[in-house]
Amino acid sequence: MRGLWRDVAGYAVFAFCTYFVLLCAFYIFFDITAKGLPVLMDKGTAFLTKSPETLVVFKDETDKIVQMPMSEYSVFRKENPGAVIRDEHTHSYSAGGIMGPLVGTALLVIVCMLVALTTGVATAIFLNEYARKGRFLNMVRLAIMNLAGVPSIVFGLFGLGVFCLWPWLPVLTHEPTESAVLVIAVPFTDGSLSFQGWGTSILAGGFTLAIMVLPVIITACEEALKAVPMGFREAAMALGATKWQAIRTAVLPYAKPGIMTASILGVTRVAGETAPIMFTAALAHKGALPWQEAKGSGLFWLSDFLTQSVQALPYHIYTVSARIPQSEYTQPMQSGSVFVFMLLVMIFAGLSIYLRGRYRKNLKW
Amino acid sequence: MNEINFEATPEPVLPTEIPVVSPAKGCGTEGREGVKSLIDIENLGFSYDLGQTETLRDISLSIPKGQVTSFIGPSGCGKSTLLRCLNRMNDLIDTAKVTRGTIRIMGQDIHAADVDPIELRKRVGMVFQKYNPFPKSIFENVAYGMRIQGVKSQKVLGEAVERALRQSALWDEVKDRLSSSALGLSGGQQQRLCIARAIAVQPEIILMDEPCSALDPIATARIEELITELKENYTIVIVTHNMQQATRVSARTAFFYLGELIEVGPTTKIFGNPSKKQTEDYVSGRFG
Repeated sequence: MRGLWRDVAGYAVFAFCTYFVLLCAFYIFFDITAKGLPVLMDKGTAFLTKSPETLVVFKDETDKIVQMPMSEYSVFRKENPGAVIRDEHTHSYSAGGIMGPLVGTALLVIVCMLVALTTGVATAIFLNEYARKGRFLNMVRLAIMNLAGVPSIVFGLFGLGVFCLWPWLPVLTHEPTESAVLVIAVPFTDGSLSFQGWGTSILAGGFTLAIMVLPVIITACEEALKAVPMGFREAAMALGATKWQAIRTAVLPYAKPGIMTASILGVTRVAGETAPIMFTAALAHKGALPWQEAKGSGLFWLSDFLTQSVQALPYHIYTVSARIPQSEYTQPMQSGSVFVFMLLVMIFAGLSIYLRGRYRKNLKW
Repeated sequence: MNEINFEATPEPVLPTEIPVVSPAKGCGTEGREGVKSLIDIENLGFSYDLGQTETLRDISLSIPKGQVTSFIGPSGCGKSTLLRCLNRMNDLIDTAKVTRGTIRIMGQDIHAADVDPIELRKRVGMVFQKYNPFPKSIFENVAYGMRIQGVKSQKVLGEAVERALRQSALWDEVKDRLSSSALGLSGGQQQRLCIARAIAVQPEIILMDEPCSALDPIATARIEELITELKENYTIVIVTHNMQQATRVSARTAFFYLGELIEVGPTTKIFGNPSKKQTEDYVSGRFG
């Protein structure tokens, strides 16, 4: 009898813990949705297509509280010089939408994943298929594990030192700065390859995030490669394939689901990081979107575009929650941003699960 | 006392006699002398741990052209290792090393510095114990060997695939579903597909490492039938655990034990009248 009670008690404890975790998760989701959905309903798609603006709140002659974004307010003042304005106060970032941060985060994630996936998959292939067992391999694995344990703020400072400030990173520009260490004129154009560092830019932020997410990508890709049975490699090589041919045609295609899941999970991790981009890419306020500010044409435009600084969603949430005075007027922006962010993460996670399921269906062995 | 009924079933062979199993029809005569040997193995030594222990010791063996040769022996005696040496598949293992001796295929030392193992593997094909078709379509599986050599013409590939599937006795079963997944076939069909994949690149020699051990008896019988058909065009070396299979399909048999070649000769002699006591003990089932 005592054994049976122990059994029931054990089950009860495990079930309770699981349901408790689920309860916490659901509470968070529902709280965010409850606060954020009304904001989105209220502002509609303008929330996603307008950049953050300062909100002006004042009372008009009937003592009614009027809220207006700064751009509208300046027009209003110009058109109605005699209007009665009482009790005027402003709140930063509380009007408009989050288009700037959304675009910035998207660009940072794209640059990050491009860099992280190419290096990560290549490293995973080398470690799994080519490297011989021994001290070198152990050292590399130790290094990757250590990289995974570095705090994100340290990555931010590292990125600041290497990708932002170090002057030996080249930029294609028509106007090299004076602090450039080396300027090489590009023939047939009036621009130059200037070694002046990237400064606060999408490139710097993207590379910093890439290094941060590299251990996750490498580990997941290695698992995906290990899951492909050895028999495929042997069969391919017994038919006269070179090692790279065998990997490219008989291993990588079947590791794709795993690599895809890894990359999407990497995206969800990286999109929410604040510390690395705080120093390297993000600004609290940025008037225009990167493609509106870039100058030049062709490759010069691309270089200017990539060296723009941007707003970013996690940093924006930090700014409106902790760096500006709080009031009832700043609440909607906070809740809306957090809700949109959570929605994006859930969409990506759901996408990864869906894609993984679809690929798995085709590749059963 | 019961009367003995002489019309009853005939008496079984007494256990003290070694059962003589006659070779299957068409498996070739008893090791024709004077047939050109395709593979010459001389004093081969092989190790899996860079020479510390020897898995194969002083193997000397000739494999004649156009016949089926089988390697038999108890588990762990080195027959699969020797087979994998013949197409240098052991190169994939970091710590594997040929410690001494040579292997000559068609007169060429396969470990010479100027021999490309990729080219070797195109001439010496292999079929594995656990069938391993790629998760691609049947057509793509058989065409794989040619695609990696750079053949792009759909017509050439189509003809080669059909020829290979016909030779593997699989064409009639799959000709209507060449683009369906290879994993939808039964076990025996998948192994025949692997054989088709190996012969699509038209090797001279086919190495088979216990090809039927994962298959049921009916599928096994079909593969054995296939082997006797294939020997017209290819030289086949088959490793088998199943002694009866060796007698059914092969003309020559080599018996291995603990990394050494004990005896090699025509199949009827090895099973009917072996020279060495160890061989006799093994084929009569005293150990194994």
